[in-house]
Amino acid sequence: MLLNDEETAMLNGERGKVLQMAMRHQVQVGEFFGARDFVPVTQAHVMADTESLGQAGVMWLEQLSEASDGRHVVCIPTITDPRGTDFSKANDLGQRDWMVELERRAIHAFERLGVSMTDTCINYQTVLAATRGEHVAFGDTGVVIYSNSVNGARSNFEGGPSALSAGLTGRTPRYGYHLDEKRQATVRFRVEFTPRTLNEWGALGGVIGRLAGNYWQVPVIEGIEGAPTSDELKHFGAAMASFGSIALFHMVGITPEAVRIEDVGGDRLPVHHRIDRAQIEALAASYAVTKKVDVVVFSAPQLSLYELRSLAEICDRRKFKVPLLAVTSPQVAPDSERFGYTRRIESAGGTVLAGMCFYQSYAREMAEAKGWKTLATNSAKLVNILGGYGYTPMLASMEECVKAAETGELA
Amino acid sequence: MNEFVLTARHALGKKVSAEALVAKDGFSARYDLNRLQGVFSRPTHKLVGQSYIGRILVLDTAKGGVASAWMLHEMQSRNMAPVAIVFNTVNPILAQGAALGGISMLAGFDQDITEVVPHGSFVEIDPEAKTLRVLRLSVGEGTPATFVHGQSKTSPVHVVPPRH
Repeated sequence: MLLNDEETAMLNGERGKVLQMAMRHQVQVGEFFGARDFVPVTQAHVMADTESLGQAGVMWLEQLSEASDGRHVVCIPTITDPRGTDFSKANDLGQRDWMVELERRAIHAFERLGVSMTDTCINYQTVLAATRGEHVAFGDTGVVIYSNSVNGARSNFEGGPSALSAGLTGRTPRYGYHLDEKRQATVRFRVEFTPRTLNEWGALGGVIGRLAGNYWQVPVIEGIEGAPTSDELKHFGAAMASFGSIALFHMVGITPEAVRIEDVGGDRLPVHHRIDRAQIEALAASYAVTKKVDVVVFSAPQLSLYELRSLAEICDRRKFKVPLLAVTSPQVAPDSERFGYTRRIESAGGTVLAGMCFYQSYAREMAEAKGWKTLATNSAKLVNILGGYGYTPMLASMEECVKAAETGELA
Repeated sequence: MNEFVLTARHALGKKVSAEALVAKDGFSARYDLNRLQGVFSRPTHKLVGQSYIGRILVLDTAKGGVASAWMLHEMQSRNMAPVAIVFNTVNPILAQGAALGGISMLAGFDQDITEVVPHGSFVEIDPEAKTLRVLRLSVGEGTPATFVHGQSKTSPVHVVPPRH
């Protein structure tokens, strides 16, 4: 890679051990992908729940923060993805003391490095949305795909170590979706059914993600009627990223880089796939293997204020037989309380959690502690993830999930 | 069998050799593994139930979320990691994770690597030369595709012919 004087000084250790460590990591990744140089970035978003880090990752963070000595801290706004617990409700979730302690240690290390503990995967709805053409280093695949596609920002998937490195050095290797040529469409979809509910939007994203197949594919999608809402595109993108490792899509006439299909080169592609209602329903049906539900979860991504309002409306006048968990961000949670949504959900027997995400919170250990096996959710992303954690997840609408919490069964 | 060599476009890590665990399937440390037991745990994964510890994984594509960037490092710290991962198509997360975790990686070949490298063969990865060398063939029987939880005939995933 071509390095300027400042980057060379960082790599040689002239700017201290912390920046040297960060720069070494970035150069190794950049050279792997053939990056010609670095691009300055204006924001970083670090995914770092302790279920992923483990003891080794937390110790790595602690060593880095120790070496920083309060001087070598992040030089751009650097925020965090959800944590592995809601500290006020860890006991209710069956989480053990060591998990909570590991989280506290990670937070302490991040704070010493100057990281803002926002603990959210919906920062594009709550903290600081990236703008068109803005180069950023975002973690959480749902954050990246939304920021790239809906906002027109430029980011690759940046795992925790890489995003933190970008926060410290203020730059990231220039490859992938930082480059104009990589943002052109590569696979063309014609959608013949516009989803109506969030679970259907997620299922559509899942179908497209599976068909597109890998990180370097850029789907262009035609046929969507009307303008989807932010929450709809949130579920759509998060599922596409989860099922297909996709980081960027274009929706003709809707997303900013594809005002016309020719803007992203889609007119030169044949229609590779036509997606109808049956395919969307088939994805959900493939998970519907039982009626019994042990737990209902709304999470992945964290709920917006208006998802919580919708949930509160459906919860009114109900009493739950099985646990219902609704997970939101620390930024949304106070408004949900002020507007009474949290009270209405919890009056029915549900629990509103903040600052965590279900699958990032020791999901396997929670299942063992609470005896949860079958799980209902309206998040296509969540059903895609939880199979590996020993759950039998099922995809249904928000209303169907709430009814399942009341009866213990999915209709 | 004569040994043969395949060349990758992307490489990092050290030279290693081990038995290859091969499948035309994706890979995510979070979605697919029981990291405590060191086995593939996702019911729909073709390698479900198989141990990945000390093996060289030869897979189609990197999948899933960003957690793998930390998880490979965590697995390595407990000596419960694969020694190398080889992909047809890699994503940044797995490359970042391999870099942090000290796990060798190759990606980007002219052939479908999962079709060319026999399951159970003994292979050598040389990142400096960007090569994968199949040193010794051993018999690896495949499992016929079946539809289980999360799959359907209209959901085009994980459905491949059995290996022969």
